[in-house]
Amino acid sequence: MWRDPEPKPQYDVIIIGGGGHGLATAYYLAKEHGITNVAVIEKGWIGGGNVGRNTTIVRSNYMFPANTHFYEKSMKLWEGLEQDFNFNAMVSQRGVINLFHSDPQRDAFARRGNAMRLAGVDAEFLTPEQLKEMVPILDFENARFPIQGGLLQRRGGTVRHDAVAWGYARGADSRGVDILQNCEVKDIVVEGGAAVAVETSRGTIRGKKIAMAVAGHTSQVAKMAGIELPIESHVLQAFVSEGIKPLLDTVVTFGAGHFYISQSDKGGLVFGGDLDGYNSYAQRGNLPMMEHVMAGGMAIMPAIGRVRLLRHWGGVMDMSFDGSPFICKTGIDCLYLNGGWCYGGFKATPASGWCFAHTIAKDAPHKLNEAFTIERFRQGRMIDEKGVGPSPWIQ
Amino acid sequence: MHRIDCPWCGIRDEAEFQYQGDATKVRPAPDASQDAFFDYVYKRDNPKGWHTEWWHHVGGCRQWVKVVRNTLTHEIHATGAPAEKLSLPRKKKRGSK
Repeated sequence: MWRDPEPKPQYDVIIIGGGGHGLATAYYLAKEHGITNVAVIEKGWIGGGNVGRNTTIVRSNYMFPANTHFYEKSMKLWEGLEQDFNFNAMVSQRGVINLFHSDPQRDAFARRGNAMRLAGVDAEFLTPEQLKEMVPILDFENARFPIQGGLLQRRGGTVRHDAVAWGYARGADSRGVDILQNCEVKDIVVEGGAAVAVETSRGTIRGKKIAMAVAGHTSQVAKMAGIELPIESHVLQAFVSEGIKPLLDTVVTFGAGHFYISQSDKGGLVFGGDLDGYNSYAQRGNLPMMEHVMAGGMAIMPAIGRVRLLRHWGGVMDMSFDGSPFICKTGIDCLYLNGGWCYGGFKATPASGWCFAHTIAKDAPHKLNEAFTIERFRQGRMIDEKGVGPSPWIQ
Repeated sequence: MHRIDCPWCGIRDEAEFQYQGDATKVRPAPDASQDAFFDYVYKRDNPKGWHTEWWHHVGGCRQWVKVVRNTLTHEIHATGAPAEKLSLPRKKKRGSK
């Protein structure tokens, strides 16, 4: 699907991180900006990081303008992605439903739905009767969290995550991008206020521009260039059940806790919940949060109580201090930052790559990502969708 | 499962605690510069290895506990009262940096 080239001594752009975002960035650099002398350097293998560790959900149901427009760009790119890179990514617009369980939550969701529609994003308000037709399996009469309705984004859904990495990798490679696997960055060389090279496990590689797309480990890589960021790394667990007959043909999220579920084409229920809630690079979580996630599932879908768990795993998240990402310049010339994706990075993959490619090519952000700066915290321009403040473990 | 040795209650399960973040950050004086407050509120070392952090024993004695824990292995090296100075392990262990 892609070559396994030896590193060249110099590239126009070096992208650190061969995950979904790094590969998408390389793809759009080549396709939209004609910049093809590009290396993507990956310490492991393509598709082995968070692009293969998420719950595959895509949506653009945000309220704040910076997020709404950015994620809607991503949704539009998802809609045309398979035609664009000529690869089957199993984009399935099966809808994403956020359930609500109280009057204030209904009002908050109505507000978000209205904000989405004003921005040109689809949103529909569902009554319990409409919900019963779409998802009869839900426990509508739950004593503690009765389901009063839902906010539906019909264009949301799921995408085969691995295929996204493969499609972007193949598309970038065929345009001349070198994908260098098993190539770990050890240091970023800064001379005269500008990033000029990376030291890697496969030697020194010089780059006219160097871009970081290593969410989960952004603090570690940025530290190599002397940058300290408003990011903490946290572990988020996800789960897949044994395969069962078709039960759920949409994505459902629980509004009174944090639980989201869909059913894969193989029949497995794919679900997740909150962060474990402590700094971790471990890629594995602990039992209290597993129990909490299962409790969330049982609260809305008691029928799944006897389904057996097949697999569970953890991924390391860049948790930013307002829950929103970074796609920006860094204060060091020729060094660019893409990170802070919290646990929403997968759905952002196309727009993240598209905007990051623009930022690198033009040395200036696109309008869609101009708010995703590091300076926003100092300037009081946080994009705190949840309104929880600077506590990354509850963002 | 983390098992945290609360100085007041003894070893208790992680589920009794609420994590409260980096314990190396010290609140600047009220008249300190905006930069100092920016660093205090937002900047984090986020180490891959030993991390000194707060855990609030909210489901127990409600005291704040200072914990030295490894973010790669989840090993706990030491716990203490908030005023205690806890040192990191001397010898570099696997995963520390």
